[in-house]
Amino acid sequence: MATLHTRSSARLMMAPAVIMLLVWMAVPLAMTLYFSFLRYNLLTPGLEEWVGFFNYKYFLTDPAFGDALVNTLLLVGGVLLITVIGGTMLALLLDQPFFGQGIVRLMVIAPFFVMPTVSALVWKNMFMHPVYGLFAYVWKLFGLEPVDWLASLPLFSITMMVAWQWLPFATLILLTALQSLDEEQKEAAEMDGAGFFSKFVYIVLPHLARAITVVILIETIFLLSVFAEILVTTSGGPGTQSTNITYLVYTQALLQFDVGGASAGGIIAVILANIVAFFLIRLIGKNLEA
Amino acid sequence: MARAISPRRKAFFTLIGWTIGLAIFFPILWTFLTSFKTEGEAIASPPSLLFFDWTTENYSEVQSRSDYFKHAMNSVVISFGSTILGLLIAIPSAWAMAFSPTKRTKDILMWMLSTKMLPPVGVLVPIYLIFRDWNLLDTRLGLTIVMTLINLPIIVWMLYTYFKEIPGDILEAARMDGASLAKEIVYVLAPMAVPGIASTMLLNIILAWNEAFWTLNLSAAKAAPLTAFIASYSSPEGLFWAKLSAASTLAIAPILVLGWFSQRQLVRGLTFGAVK
Amino acid sequence: MGSIRLENVSKSFGEATVIPSLDLDIEDGEFVVFVGPSGCGKSTLLRLIAGLEDVSGGRILIDGNEVTDTPPAKRRLAMVFQSYALYPHMSVRGNIAFPLKMAGEDKAVIDKKVGDAARVLNLTDYLDRKPRQLSGGQRQRVAIGRAIVREPTAFLFDEPLSNLDAALRVNMRLEISELHQQLATTMIYVTHDQVEAMTMADKIVVLNAGRIEQVGSPLELYRNPKNLFVAGFIGSPKMNFINGATAKGHDAATIGVRPEHIALSTSEGLWKGTVGVAEHLGSDTFLHISTEGVGNVTARVGGEFSVRHGDTVYLTPEDGKIHRFDADGKAL
Repeated sequence: MATLHTRSSARLMMAPAVIMLLVWMAVPLAMTLYFSFLRYNLLTPGLEEWVGFFNYKYFLTDPAFGDALVNTLLLVGGVLLITVIGGTMLALLLDQPFFGQGIVRLMVIAPFFVMPTVSALVWKNMFMHPVYGLFAYVWKLFGLEPVDWLASLPLFSITMMVAWQWLPFATLILLTALQSLDEEQKEAAEMDGAGFFSKFVYIVLPHLARAITVVILIETIFLLSVFAEILVTTSGGPGTQSTNITYLVYTQALLQFDVGGASAGGIIAVILANIVAFFLIRLIGKNLEA
Repeated sequence: MARAISPRRKAFFTLIGWTIGLAIFFPILWTFLTSFKTEGEAIASPPSLLFFDWTTENYSEVQSRSDYFKHAMNSVVISFGSTILGLLIAIPSAWAMAFSPTKRTKDILMWMLSTKMLPPVGVLVPIYLIFRDWNLLDTRLGLTIVMTLINLPIIVWMLYTYFKEIPGDILEAARMDGASLAKEIVYVLAPMAVPGIASTMLLNIILAWNEAFWTLNLSAAKAAPLTAFIASYSSPEGLFWAKLSAASTLAIAPILVLGWFSQRQLVRGLTFGAVK
Repeated sequence: MGSIRLENVSKSFGEATVIPSLDLDIEDGEFVVFVGPSGCGKSTLLRLIAGLEDVSGGRILIDGNEVTDTPPAKRRLAMVFQSYALYPHMSVRGNIAFPLKMAGEDKAVIDKKVGDAARVLNLTDYLDRKPRQLSGGQRQRVAIGRAIVREPTAFLFDEPLSNLDAALRVNMRLEISELHQQLATTMIYVTHDQVEAMTMADKIVVLNAGRIEQVGSPLELYRNPKNLFVAGFIGSPKMNFINGATAKGHDAATIGVRPEHIALSTSEGLWKGTVGVAEHLGSDTFLHISTEGVGNVTARVGGEFSVRHGDTVYLTPEDGKIHRFDADGKAL
């Protein structure tokens, strides 16, 4: 709804953003795709040759890939479970009036603003250290043997760290959604004789359903790419016990300089992410029309 | 309608709320406290919570030993630079999509969103090679460009949702009142959109400040921002927790404050307007 | 001067044609009302004249100069929007001054003109307030103030009263009419409310599905509607349409009788009916009557008329006040 003049200026104004993103997305992705069919190692330059699906076969049959895939799913699933359930409960709590509500709210969302490398190092050293960590101290206080968290339960420990960072995100979004719930609707339910639990199950939860879906999808996108936490705590180990797909591709590319193999891994990661993105885009797109 | 809440109920929730809040916040608080201890006290058992000799020597040491401010400046340059660059590119684009939409506008928005969902490892190899060949590795410029590009979709989206809330009538009124396109944007759109632009800026600075995939992979000593700088403390030589805490406190404090101010916008920005 | 001429103007959005080719002449100083049901294209037509939309075909001339490709800023027209479209970040003074500022006027001139406009519109005490601190009627006046300071060739009003409550609407209607008397500038006014059209217009343009159904003065349209659409749209309560044998008796496919042109009696008359609902307004009485062989008829009686639901009444249409229409809906 506008004149030709405004429409053509609009097109001109949109061009830089569109072109930049197009180049950013299309060119490297095409290159990755191309590399994934080459034998290409940075240590042996000049020996590039076309190898078809060899890299994919190599990557997919590597036992490390299977481990990484399972680890990725466990990490994503574990963090989602903790953050969605914990976030819903925290949101319900923060929705109640109490003294110092605002301050508690600030404390709860704070971990989200902590950069991943800081969070990982603080947890690794000051909490999970087997000798000097706070957990070790607490364990000893109760007469228990301290746990070497990152050595014996690496994936679990990383899941906890990442969940701590993402719990605020889930809480904040669910709280926002909760506060948009019509007060009259809750009152109507109370007039109809609904108690706390039936109110939660029949009124609050359906209202939160969409926000929960959004949380799950967006967290999944970010959690598929967890990297810094692994790099600075366990470097994927011991063995491959805490290696996820992102980290596996990184080692392939920048530690073993195998460009072809890493590219194939990258393409596999893109395909996995696309499956999630497909649902997310549809959800947000639907919302755009409303 | 506000209803009377029984004092007992309120006391109960106050207790629960503060307990959980403090538990979640504890790692940050502990880091802050440890930064004022000596290295010996930092690993003391039993740990002392408040009753230790407060010292600020860790802060001066972080600066003198590892040139903290150089990395802090890298973070500032990269996050602010990429945000400003991103806004310059995104404002006209969001204006166009919000006020002169075509049949394809929605598709373009969706496509921009989808670029955000591309896992970074999918393009790590070529970007690394391009950066190597163009001498962009470990430069502020290179990191600023990457940060601009990865956050551009979020900036466009956020601005778009804010611009959408400005009634088109008002812009048309300006046009009827004799304003040219430039004057329309400067006198009418921009002042009305200031809150939206400011919160977009805030969120984007936070995201860029904390980004830790590209900064770790594309920077080394020279251009390393705080994320990469802190990561260098992971090498297990000696005990340096007090210094690690001091560096960490400095790295997260400014962004934590910014984040606290932008809670609402954060929700909106990170959910692409799906939850407001 | 402010004559506006539309030649073969048409507008389509993609596949959808909103306005098929249309011609219209508006004389200098006229108060013209575009009226029609929602979606009839009246607002689009106004926006075409304003230049906020491109025409798909045809020409628009203002004072004989073609402005078809002129941007809105250069057409010397002022518009009052339905939402008022005040600039929320500017004070009342800033809002009224904005077009003058855009035109690059001197500060002294701006101050004087803003002061004058504020006085005329009773806004002097509110000049330093922000729009959100004003009532609906005051906002409306600011929007009008912003329009008059420019001394435009013509004013365009897009349903300006539809966001006001009923009492205020009547007041503002009078104020706009008075303004037109004072300024004697061409005004084009879009509304879906036929009462506004009848009370304010020199000339009414009735639009339906993008086509002009009839152009004329309010009373011309009332007396001689060209077709069923205009007959049904102008006048309140709506004209009664009667088909079948009764219409055949008048050599027409349909006949129309306005409620005020029916004589009512409790004893004798042409048509016999039973009162369904009686609306007693004091000044008037509206009766909804189901009539044997004729159908449902609305009738209006001046003053009080004591009948109730279920009473039998007799109706007689006044001679010479019966409108006849052919099978295509055209007036005979």
